[in-house]
Amino acid sequence: MCQDPTRRALILTVLATGACVASSRSSVAEEDLPGSNERPQKADVLVFSEGEHAGEVIKPQDLKVGGPPVRAWPKDPRTSVIRKGSRLNEVLVVKLDPAELDEETRSRAAGGVVAYSVICVHTGCPITAWVKAANSDKDVFKCVCHNSEYDPRQSAQVIFGPAPRRLPALPLEPDDGPLTVAATFVGKVGAQQAR
Amino acid sequence: MALKQWLLSGLLASTCLVSIAAAGPIENYSPVTAERLKNPEPGNWMHYRRTYDGQGYSPLDQINTSNVKNLTPVWTFSTGVIEGHEAPPIINNGVMFVATPSGQVIALNAKTGDEYWRYKRQLPEDLFQLHPTNRGVGLWQDKVYLATTDDHVVALEAKTGKVVWDTKVQDYKKGQYLTLMPLVVDGKVIVGGSGGELGVRGYVVAYDAETGKELWRTFTIPGTGEPGNETWSGDDWKTGGGSAWMTGNYDPDTKTVYWGTGNAAPWPGDTHSGDNLYTSSVLALDPDSGKMKTYFQYHQNDSWDWDEVDAPMLVDLQKDGRTIKSLIHPGRNAIFWVLERKPDSIKYVAGWPFVHTDVWKGIEPESGKPIVDPAHKPVIGKRVEFCPSLWGGKDWPSAAYSQKTGLVYVPANENFCGGFTGEKVPLVAGQLWLGTKPEDIGLTPRPGATHFGELQAWDPATGKKAWSHNFPKSQLFGSVTATAGDLIFVGGTNDRMFRAFHAKTGELLWEQKTNSGIMAMPIAYEVDGTQYIAVQSGWGVDAQRIQDGLVGKVPGLENNVPQGGVVWVFAVKK
Repeated sequence: MCQDPTRRALILTVLATGACVASSRSSVAEEDLPGSNERPQKADVLVFSEGEHAGEVIKPQDLKVGGPPVRAWPKDPRTSVIRKGSRLNEVLVVKLDPAELDEETRSRAAGGVVAYSVICVHTGCPITAWVKAANSDKDVFKCVCHNSEYDPRQSAQVIFGPAPRRLPALPLEPDDGPLTVAATFVGKVGAQQAR
Repeated sequence: MALKQWLLSGLLASTCLVSIAAAGPIENYSPVTAERLKNPEPGNWMHYRRTYDGQGYSPLDQINTSNVKNLTPVWTFSTGVIEGHEAPPIINNGVMFVATPSGQVIALNAKTGDEYWRYKRQLPEDLFQLHPTNRGVGLWQDKVYLATTDDHVVALEAKTGKVVWDTKVQDYKKGQYLTLMPLVVDGKVIVGGSGGELGVRGYVVAYDAETGKELWRTFTIPGTGEPGNETWSGDDWKTGGGSAWMTGNYDPDTKTVYWGTGNAAPWPGDTHSGDNLYTSSVLALDPDSGKMKTYFQYHQNDSWDWDEVDAPMLVDLQKDGRTIKSLIHPGRNAIFWVLERKPDSIKYVAGWPFVHTDVWKGIEPESGKPIVDPAHKPVIGKRVEFCPSLWGGKDWPSAAYSQKTGLVYVPANENFCGGFTGEKVPLVAGQLWLGTKPEDIGLTPRPGATHFGELQAWDPATGKKAWSHNFPKSQLFGSVTATAGDLIFVGGTNDRMFRAFHAKTGELLWEQKTNSGIMAMPIAYEVDGTQYIAVQSGWGVDAQRIQDGLVGKVPGLENNVPQGGVVWVFAVKK
């Protein structure tokens, strides 16, 4: 089967850099640092969570328009603590054509760059795929556990699968500098709880 | 009214509402003894498959082929939970225990549907649930036992739902979780771990039913120095899969538990060379010590994700002029297995493909080893196609055996093939580790396929198919139950139907559309002289995955099956 190069790129990035994630996660002392478990906060910067640039601050020019997304941790610039103490803090960052974004999404973007929680709100799996949507030709986020799809151009609303609500967005400062968090997550991070 | 006083009133009212909503506690509860588990009353369903032998057969015959057309819902109960509801309602003398995804247990009056109590597991918010489901609760004395997806075993007081003990099994953050119904044998609560896609080492573990103390743990993949470890290369055994995530069956006469094990991990066989004992096998275990008595491996060096976790049925089979103490297992690997269970060995008796497969060239007659066609065995760096698909000829949903007809009823999937490209992938604890990209998994209908789901009836003594019922637009992904009324009950299709078939002829006798799709196991029970049929409707997990994989490939496929669990209870209209 011929593979979509952007999809392949994201997956390879995710898988090939898993060891980096693992090694960083093995550092218990680092995870215990004050603030590492706290959700992203205003003025945090975003750093790559995996790959050869893991830990480096992400700038808009590091990203290619149209994706694939990268996975990122928030980092407190004052203490240099990376908030990787909880998997609920990790985000997907993708650069899109600003003209494709709806008004709400554009208001949270840095240029065309948008950020969302990596945790699927259905059962808490990580979102790992950037693929053509089931019902259109657009590339979208996909949680391969149960096939939920989210469109990052429309506040990550659900366009396929069992997920009950959109992904929480992480608003970014609308400038060209390092990607900086403008506000806390919009919406509850993590899977829904039954009743 | 002062604000403070108003708030207090509100809180008190809430408390009262909770009390009013539940009819409990249960006043007259029948303690579950070893003898009752060994010989359950006909009207009860206290095991996963009603009896230790795993046959999924009820001796009740009040509902039968002549009156099933009058079967009608008598009560329903919404669980309030989404995703795949896979548990059979468990019945003990008029009390029904229902387990749901997200670790809930609901105790109901089996006659009226009134709620006694509900236990809600407070799952961690960072939990990664690949298979968000639960397959039921085990019973012993005055307690109810639940295995959870955050990897705990919990004992509840049967009358009230209060937690008696809560034992952590392993760490959910490392991909360990539990989805099965505990098997209870003589005061021991036995469970097996899930997580084969996450780089775990499978195991079966027993806890003291009174205290929750661990009694023994047997790994399904032998460690260094243990028999069978030589079938692994290097350290592959440490993360080799072999999950044990379905309930085992039990032979009280020989005190032997039979447990099915999962596939080797990751999927491509060339990432874990060797036969890979004891993956894709049935293990014979001593319930007192956990010691492995013997085993049979259904196929070696699994490369297709074909776990064999549905434990084989124990059947006294009349074949060739003698009674064979058999193990019967329609496998995910597409082979219908007939084995003989002996004290020190499990012998191959017969095997045949029950759906189309291009993977096997045959079976070695003495050893029972299937002979693989390497052209259809996935490897690293190359896309390989194979039939049936990775969901196999029959996945975890259970077959049933009727003691009246002598037939085995199989929820089969025919005409599905699939494939993937193997990739060498580093393991990250707690993350998917398949050996391929998950979105690269193919599901392809065979050219010219006229149907997919197929309810089959086989004579295990002769290997002849007695009848089959085909489903043109749907997979069949639900467990089967047989009754002495010569009825076969099954859901499993994406049209939300629950159906009854004539056990002897396969004639469709009755059907009822439900709220969602049915993956769970139907049961039969009796209260105050009335027979009921019960099942949970609630689509999700792999039934949903198959359906999503067929979008655009099967014209007219129903792809809009609503989720949400409901317990349905039926009786014959008088």
